[in-house]
Amino acid sequence: MTAKLRAFGAFWYDFIIGDDWRVALGVALAFVATFAIGRWTSVPTWWIVPSAVAVLLPTSIRRATRPSR
Amino acid sequence: MSDTALFAAVFLACIVEAVEALTIVLAAGTARDWRSALAGVLAGLVTLAVIIAALGPAISSIPMGGLRLFVGGVLLVFGLQWLRKAILRASGHKALHDEAQIYQTELAMAERATTVRRGSVADWYAFTLSFKGVVLEGLEVAFIALTFGSNQHNIPLAAIAAASAVVLVTALGLALKAPLAGVPENSMKFVVGIMLTSFGIFWGAEGAGVVWPGSDAALLVLIPATGLYALALVSLFRRHAPVRVAPVPARTVEEVSAS
Repeated sequence: MTAKLRAFGAFWYDFIIGDDWRVALGVALAFVATFAIGRWTSVPTWWIVPSAVAVLLPTSIRRATRPSR
Repeated sequence: MSDTALFAAVFLACIVEAVEALTIVLAAGTARDWRSALAGVLAGLVTLAVIIAALGPAISSIPMGGLRLFVGGVLLVFGLQWLRKAILRASGHKALHDEAQIYQTELAMAERATTVRRGSVADWYAFTLSFKGVVLEGLEVAFIALTFGSNQHNIPLAAIAAASAVVLVTALGLALKAPLAGVPENSMKFVVGIMLTSFGIFWGAEGAGVVWPGSDAALLVLIPATGLYALALVSLFRRHAPVRVAPVPARTVEEVSAS
């Protein structure tokens, strides 16, 4: 039963998060920053998520293309 | 604009996944037993319908702000996965998706497997191969259709886009009785990755409280900007690409679906 639950969890983790968990974490942090800055300051926040994507995508690809040591 | 984008994203994603599922079902039917393979397709479609019936109302019941944040966030993570793989393929760091080769691999594996009868299913291998192919490929489409449809308050349009793609691919598959190797899958995956990422940014940020300059018109900037950025990354990473990408090795259905 535990093995089945673990396999079920692993399937959904792989389905949603995929190969690089850092991307998911970066996206989550970008949303938190957007929400926090928008709520407590008057600074426009529309640029935060696109900027995060602009950094997360190449760094994730860089990790994937780096020769394994 | 949004309805057209909704239709295009779901239709293209569904074409890509349906082509992949068709390859697996064709291999199972040709190498093993058509009746068991088609029973697997039917069981897979029923499973997908149950998942959609359970997830659809659950997603639709989330309040709009929360829905946009949750769905946008998941869509963005999901879209970045597609885009990352598409860029790796286009820049030569990952083997291109080749349906003809995958078909041959699946065919060879199916021919080697032993025949086991279970209940009314004459060939359990053909049944499970088709079942897994349909469920794993279909799940991605169901997810994309549900998230796009619920955010646009137009699940019927998403369903029509998905159904038309499945009907088109099935008709072509039946006519040709061969994997649809001519479909430009790699380019289509690239476009879908751009759409998912752009809409994920837009909806997710809106859910986190962003007011986009120009409102919905911001998408007219976001989508081409994401596309141009992805193309620039292809060009950048192509410079460091290995001379030749190794051919696709023999893989299981799960591995084929995950790629």
